[in-house]
Amino acid sequence: MRGFEYASPTTKEQAVSLLGSSDDDAMALAGGTDLLSLMKDDIVAPRRLVNLKDVAELRGIRLLPDGSLRIGALVTVQELLDNAIVKRGYASLIHAADGITSPQIRAMGTVGGDLCQRPRCWYYRAGFGLLAKDKDGAALVPEGDNRYHAILGNTGPAYFVNPSSLAPALIALGAKLHIFGSGGQVEMNLENFFAAPTSANEKEYRLKPNEIVTEIIVPSAGGWKNATYEVRQKESLDWPLAAASVALKMSGKTIESARVVLGHVAPVPWRSGEAQAYLAGKTISEQVAETAGTLAVARASAMSHNGYKIQLARVAVKRAIMKAAQGGQR
Amino acid sequence: MAEYKWPDADKRTLIGKRISRTDGPHKVSGHARYNSDLNRPGMLHGRLLCSPHAHAKITSIDTSAAEAMPGVKAVYIIPDPDREIKWAGEEIVAVAAVDEPTARDAIRAIKVVYEVLPHSVLDTDPKAVGSLARPAQAQKVGDPDKGFAEAEVTAEGLYGMPVITHCCLEPHGSVIEWEDDKNLLVHLSTQAVSSIAAAMAPVLEIPAANIRVKQDHIGGGFGSKFGPDRWDFAAAQLSKKAGGKPVKIFLDRDSELMVAGARPSAYAKVKVGAKKDGTITAWQSESWASGGQGGGGSPPMPYIFNIPNQSKQHTAIQTNIGPQRAWRAPNHPQACLITMSALEDLAAAIGMDPLEFFLKNIELTGPRAEIYREEFQIAADLIGWKKNWHQRGDKTAGPIKRGLGLSLHTWGGGGHPSDCDITIQPDGSVELKMGTQDLGTGTRTTVEIVAADTFGLPMGVVKVLIGDNRFPTSGGSGGSTTIAGVSGATRRAALDALDQIFAKAAPALGAKPEDLEAVAGTILVKSNPAKRLTWKQACSKIGQVPITVRGKNPGPGKLGDSGVGGVQMADVSVDIETGVVRVNKIVAVQDCGLVIDIKTAESQVYGALIMGVCSALYEEKIMDAKTGKMLNPNMEFYKLAGIGDIGDLVVHMMTGKGYDERGVIGLGEPPAVSPYAALSNAVANAIGVRVPTLPLTPDRVLAALAKKGGSNARI
Ligand SMILES: Cc1cc2nc3c(=O)[nH]c(=O)nc-3n(C[C@H](O)[C@H](O)[C@H](O)COP(=O)(O)OP(=O)(O)OC[C@H]3O[C@@H](n4cnc5c(N)ncnc54)[C@H](O)[C@@H]3O)c2cc1C
Repeated sequence: MRGFEYASPTTKEQAVSLLGSSDDDAMALAGGTDLLSLMKDDIVAPRRLVNLKDVAELRGIRLLPDGSLRIGALVTVQELLDNAIVKRGYASLIHAADGITSPQIRAMGTVGGDLCQRPRCWYYRAGFGLLAKDKDGAALVPEGDNRYHAILGNTGPAYFVNPSSLAPALIALGAKLHIFGSGGQVEMNLENFFAAPTSANEKEYRLKPNEIVTEIIVPSAGGWKNATYEVRQKESLDWPLAAASVALKMSGKTIESARVVLGHVAPVPWRSGEAQAYLAGKTISEQVAETAGTLAVARASAMSHNGYKIQLARVAVKRAIMKAAQGGQR
Repeated sequence: MAEYKWPDADKRTLIGKRISRTDGPHKVSGHARYNSDLNRPGMLHGRLLCSPHAHAKITSIDTSAAEAMPGVKAVYIIPDPDREIKWAGEEIVAVAAVDEPTARDAIRAIKVVYEVLPHSVLDTDPKAVGSLARPAQAQKVGDPDKGFAEAEVTAEGLYGMPVITHCCLEPHGSVIEWEDDKNLLVHLSTQAVSSIAAAMAPVLEIPAANIRVKQDHIGGGFGSKFGPDRWDFAAAQLSKKAGGKPVKIFLDRDSELMVAGARPSAYAKVKVGAKKDGTITAWQSESWASGGQGGGGSPPMPYIFNIPNQSKQHTAIQTNIGPQRAWRAPNHPQACLITMSALEDLAAAIGMDPLEFFLKNIELTGPRAEIYREEFQIAADLIGWKKNWHQRGDKTAGPIKRGLGLSLHTWGGGGHPSDCDITIQPDGSVELKMGTQDLGTGTRTTVEIVAADTFGLPMGVVKVLIGDNRFPTSGGSGGSTTIAGVSGATRRAALDALDQIFAKAAPALGAKPEDLEAVAGTILVKSNPAKRLTWKQACSKIGQVPITVRGKNPGPGKLGDSGVGGVQMADVSVDIETGVVRVNKIVAVQDCGLVIDIKTAESQVYGALIMGVCSALYEEKIMDAKTGKMLNPNMEFYKLAGIGDIGDLVVHMMTGKGYDERGVIGLGEPPAVSPYAALSNAVANAIGVRVPTLPLTPDRVLAALAKKGGSNARI
């Protein structure tokens, strides 16, 4: 880790004014569970850290007059899990948060940080850059050890998977993001926040260096069955190998419309149009869930070591649908 | 003269009982100080510059910028005569500075120019690495051709396990300081307190007698902490350059995983044959292994079963990875996994229950056959083998398949040389000194048990001092030799000391020394127990000068033995849609002679089973072929089991007649041998097909299922 300056503003306006025009100038610090590791590994080296934890308006979970839920960017994963409203209506979010199995990370890690955390690609974390190239510019992932890499959207130059477990659940629930910058606040569909980088100086999400995420707005999930299923090898401290979040708008026994979002399989949370289109108008059954899973991975392609993830993603979709059908019970 | 033997079962007050480790509260409350916790007055922080390349020549090193940095107190280029780097992470320069950030900044300021050379880090295919694969051994036993001709059923398969690292929670390292220009004080994380000085002296060119080594607690070693390491010598040199100030170097987690310890891999193509009744007739194996520059070990195969006809070939593969080191039962886990998997596959090919099959051939295991038979019986009852075992492939509906597997193992053990001093003061207080170490196994507790039991005292009276090379010499904690070594020396010292107390107390009791006995805090006359002195009263007869007695191991009387065995059975569930394996239960039945403390003995076995689950399911030193780097030098992707992943562990220690009279034998290694084979066999039993190599990850499990074809391969 290199030396840095530390600023602790109390308003979002101050926070934004303390940020700079690049990550080298300054970076926002929330729980620090990812950022400090990146700094220790010398992957990022901001000259200033702007601590957000004293910005009170970024905290808290509350219902808005229109029935939607407002989650402050600084809400911790544990606060999310303990919240009665979330528990009541947003099973898929609970499932996703519950999968983050380290009490320490749940206690410190924030929802905003979970969405803005950087990929865990081991080439990136070893200093080969987000697009993981060797000194001759050759991509290391496709022929390297890509057992945890992308099976969808992996035509390059990005091969990593988006690490956020909350993002697929939130996208499936139709969440929006509030971003605050020097030009004021903008609202964005969370789905549009993420984009695979096409060059080395792009990030995997759309946030300028002097902008911060302030809150997440989740529409009421009334009438939507929702669930997340993660394939995890271990119960303790580990990442999902593949995950799926689904939200199904029900009309009686029939699925009126569906959102199906896969996690940990592509450089972005992966919305499966194929599975969604298929599910509309269907009655939930094992067979229907299985077909949806198969359709969700229809365009998947294996690199040298990650073919097994196609099967895992298929199963995750199937099981998420069945879990949602059963009322999202864990 | 004392008679050097263990007390009879009815006389044991502490030995063999269930006693909590004496330093437990100290450890769980955070009071125990590990050497990595030390902050000595004026201490400097050392850091290392390590090679990013797996194989390179060093063209030049420029440390001038680092040396000029404020706060940097010493820079030391680690000697390397041929200036050739042979693995990524190899240390090149060490820096000591007033604080850690400054030391890290200084490391970044050093310029090293490398001439990068070709590297090779993969060991799964000997044909792919050309001359780096060297024939290491070939052996024939009996008549293999005839053996296979006699076989009515044969099974062939590939089996193996990758290199794993020791991953000590307390990384390797030390705090080293020159007390003056001739005397060195070393706080090192080590399994061998008594032998560090001799290893450091020639390099530092001072007498070994001038090197003081201390360690209260160690956070894991597993075979990787017997000697001082390159960074420890660097710390000593930095301290010297900095005028003797203490220098602390403990490895970062990534270095710990990259360079501080590797258990060699082992792979084998095996063919085994048997008659239809299960009689094994022949073994053939083509094996290979790697553990870095020196290739790997040659696992003793076939393991335990002395199959009459064998043909074996072994190849050593040289790789550019951090060097191999001893790891709990060197070569045994590898040999055991390969052998027991191949034999279980053979049983499956015959259609025979592997328990029946192993018992059918149990005479091939030699003199321990009857013990294994007894142990298998107990294990089978504990896991419900009869009720729960099924032919390969759980036929119940749904994606979760359950299976059982078994294995057996052996190890030598036997006490290492050890000296123990016991001092008894006229006020009855007792001090025991030994240059041993408590590797986390409970050594501190067990030597106190032996001394206190001998003196008829409760726990908490004998003060145990270990972890200092000024104390009487004791061997390194390795090879399961500690418990027998230290308890033999302690028992002899305590018996001799007690003799002296008897001699002093006898006149006051009007009895002969040989008529006395130490019972429940008193010295009494055996024929008339009413005639007694309290321990304190008896010790007051010593006079003014305390008694100090030295006990030795080896020594008179049979207090120890070597050679143990054990069997293990595992119960797993496998999700055949995801390939995720979950451990339901592991049963371990283990003999190790006379058990000093049943609780710490069981705890050794629990630890072995947990490490077994880790490496059977998760652990792997993942090397990148192209860059030569380890891709998972962190606790995130170097995966270890957490509590929820371990399953139910059941340990049964064989004690009583037939075991106790052998005396004390070691226990560190043996239970660490079988878990891999038991778990791999259980997975094969559950899903109906062998997953050839560890760890048993979803990708490997799904690949094995796909190969088998069948509907399991897809949902
Ligand atoms: C071993 C391990 C396992 C894990 N497993 C999982 C898992 O299974 N699923 C999962 O989803 N996560 C997992 N995590 C990640 C964890 O959830 C994240 O590290 C955490 O949520 C990040 O939140 P933070 O507040 O600590 O972010 P920080 O570390 O403070 O910040 C992370 C990044 O986000 C930026 N940032 C943070 N807040 C804002 C904001 N409000 N506006 C703009 N930028 C911001 C920072 O500048 C930084 O770049 C795991 C982590 C570890 C170490």
